[in-house]
Amino acid sequence: MFREKVDFLCAGVGGQGTILVSDIIAEAGLELGYDVKKSEVHGMAQRGGGVESQVRWGKKVYSPLVEQGMVDYLLGFEMMEAARWVEFLQPDGKIMINQYRIPPPAVTMGNATYPPKEEFDHLFSCCTKNIMWINATERAQLMGNPTLAGVILLGAVAKDLETPVGVWLKVIEQLVPERFIELNKEAFQVGMNIAG
Amino acid sequence: MKKLLTGNEAIAYGAYRAGVKFGAAYPGTPSTEIMSNYAKYPGVYAEWTTNEKVSLDVAIGASYAGKRAFVTMKHVGLNVAADSLFYAVFTGVKGGLVVVTADDPGMHSSQNEQDNRNYGKFAKLPVLEPADSAEGAEFMGLAMELSETYDTPVILRSTTRISHSRSLIEVEEPQKLEELEEEIQYYQRNVTKQIVMPNNARKLHVIVEERLRRLAEYAETASFNRLEPGDDELGIVASGVAYQYAREVFPNATFLKLGMAYPLPRELFFQLANKVKKVVVIEELDPFYEEHLRVLGIPVIGKEVFPITGEFNPALIRQCAVKAGLLPSTAHVQIAATGEKALPAINLSPRPPMLCPGCGYRGIFHELTRMKALVFGDIGCYTLGCIPPLDATHTCGCMGAGIGVLHGVDKVEVKDPTVAVIGDSTLFHSGLAPLINIVYNGGVSTVIIFDNRITAMTGFQGNPSTGNTLQGKFTVAINIEDMVRSMGINKIDTVNPFDVKKVRGVLKDHLNTPEVSVIVSRYPCTLYNKEKYPAPIIEVEKCNYCKNCLKIGCAPLVDRENHVEIDAILCNGCGYCIKVCPTGAIVQDQEFERGECHV
Repeated sequence: MFREKVDFLCAGVGGQGTILVSDIIAEAGLELGYDVKKSEVHGMAQRGGGVESQVRWGKKVYSPLVEQGMVDYLLGFEMMEAARWVEFLQPDGKIMINQYRIPPPAVTMGNATYPPKEEFDHLFSCCTKNIMWINATERAQLMGNPTLAGVILLGAVAKDLETPVGVWLKVIEQLVPERFIELNKEAFQVGMNIAG
Repeated sequence: MKKLLTGNEAIAYGAYRAGVKFGAAYPGTPSTEIMSNYAKYPGVYAEWTTNEKVSLDVAIGASYAGKRAFVTMKHVGLNVAADSLFYAVFTGVKGGLVVVTADDPGMHSSQNEQDNRNYGKFAKLPVLEPADSAEGAEFMGLAMELSETYDTPVILRSTTRISHSRSLIEVEEPQKLEELEEEIQYYQRNVTKQIVMPNNARKLHVIVEERLRRLAEYAETASFNRLEPGDDELGIVASGVAYQYAREVFPNATFLKLGMAYPLPRELFFQLANKVKKVVVIEELDPFYEEHLRVLGIPVIGKEVFPITGEFNPALIRQCAVKAGLLPSTAHVQIAATGEKALPAINLSPRPPMLCPGCGYRGIFHELTRMKALVFGDIGCYTLGCIPPLDATHTCGCMGAGIGVLHGVDKVEVKDPTVAVIGDSTLFHSGLAPLINIVYNGGVSTVIIFDNRITAMTGFQGNPSTGNTLQGKFTVAINIEDMVRSMGINKIDTVNPFDVKKVRGVLKDHLNTPEVSVIVSRYPCTLYNKEKYPAPIIEVEKCNYCKNCLKIGCAPLVDRENHVEIDAILCNGCGYCIKVCPTGAIVQDQEFERGECHV
């Protein structure tokens, strides 16, 4: 089904692999026949700071940045980082949220606390009724590599989009280093199953 | 075939497609990937130079000798290269010469935001500004043609959102070009053009002004400055990524989309003003177009509505426009399902970037903080030494500033112990001259050189001490100790930052000795080397919760309110926390071999 537009936002912490996942989304959009733009953050922010990357599919996309209130899919790689962007969701937007916390410095140093899961759940539910909690990092660790968490989230998004699976697997093959392709495909399937 | 390229990849491709044979750059976010991508094309020569001024001078040489050449740099790099830019505008070129500057509105990774369109007016040369990846490649070709046609260097200005956004572009696969036997030409001496002594330069300035006049004429009809029809209510002047944002927020307006930011098309501005009721300028940073329109006597709406600071985005433009009555209030986007209700409050602590787990800089900063030293910082990953809990550095200005600032502070004799820290690549960029200045003027300062064997912050580029070039050739690796010794510095020590005992002794010795001295702290970047060892564990019964380990600012160490824990996923197992724990509660319970660098 060709949609008017689909906007994605990946939010996480530097090193979690948000750029790879957003690259896969962008290339998949291209395969599906959309005009695509994508925006990402490099440089200093990557050193353990919050990172976010945005992908836009549409008939014609002008801005590489999506407007607040327009995001269709928020991929939350980490709870607190997802919470910072939740206002970008459109009223029917969906959030795929990794139930995983990386405490920011103020918390690790004991100067602040990391809010409990219930507070995030409450915040998210004020923005959308479409919340999918996924223990992606836990599942990824069982598969031997915590950075697969993002691809698990991606699998859940792809399932919800009702796009041909082959397109995604093809793009994964193109973008992932060869020795990790099978593992990433498996992770993608894990995400599909969770969403199904 | 259609490809999704970043602006940086597209500019690199554009240079290759335009037959550019020579590229030079010093890495700097958001420009770095232009040169690293260009360097991979067949038949081109590209190098990392020691700084942006050197980049521009070597490219000017290639251009004088008849080849198309380009340089890339971040916005502040052009400040370093400005001296050369100004003379090159006077001398003109032979082969096309393009200066790519990537500005950073919003300061994602920079010490300031500055609008390098101003260099067009200041140094008197044309500035092209692409609005997506396809234009990045196209404008590179155009810039080369303009450069040769008008005998001038040309600036191609990108911004972070152009450089680091992907958009579609038609790309032909680079083919292994047959090595054409090019006839090597003799250099043609042209004294009146290439020696800018006053008598020549006075004549050249007249040519420069005449050239700008002709370029302004060309700007009126050039395809990249275009009027896009719309309703007669609003006429919007925009370029670069701001054009894309504005296009989305004002789908029905008339647009003057500028591809050349300088010189500007006077007649096109009047045409727009005659067509619409209100002219609106939407430009990031300075009121560059706005001021030009005002000088022409055209009433405009600009910086009184849209901010002069920070980065734009579509939501910001929409909010400003609604507030100023340029859009009806119904034009607001409905945010989430909450409608008008405020979202529940939740405590989201900020997450600033910090030194990576296992970073060799951490231990030195921790010791300097313990010694209450004044630490004059510089530009690189170690800029992060200012962040709590390390709180180590006192200043950070621009590339190479720290050593000079240190000398000034020392010469007016403050009571505190003082030191400057500078990375390997930054030292070669602009740290050598101020270091020599300390020696020359009888200074007694101590400079710590953080040698992590790579230019790390910008994504791992080689530099004069790494022994490899941009195009993968082995080369001389300059020995930093020998180099500073040759300057007349006799007190030099090399430490491994994980050797805490030695670091303490050496720091104490150097800071208490009234003599110019250098400490080389050498440990390879762990992120680059993907160094990872098993995480140590904390024996809870031994931990007295003194929180000493939390003062080193390492992300995997987490306060659990009555003890400390180590997040094994984030930890790289460097073991530095083991050394700072006074009760021996942090222990390595696994046996493994560390790399040869590690103590």
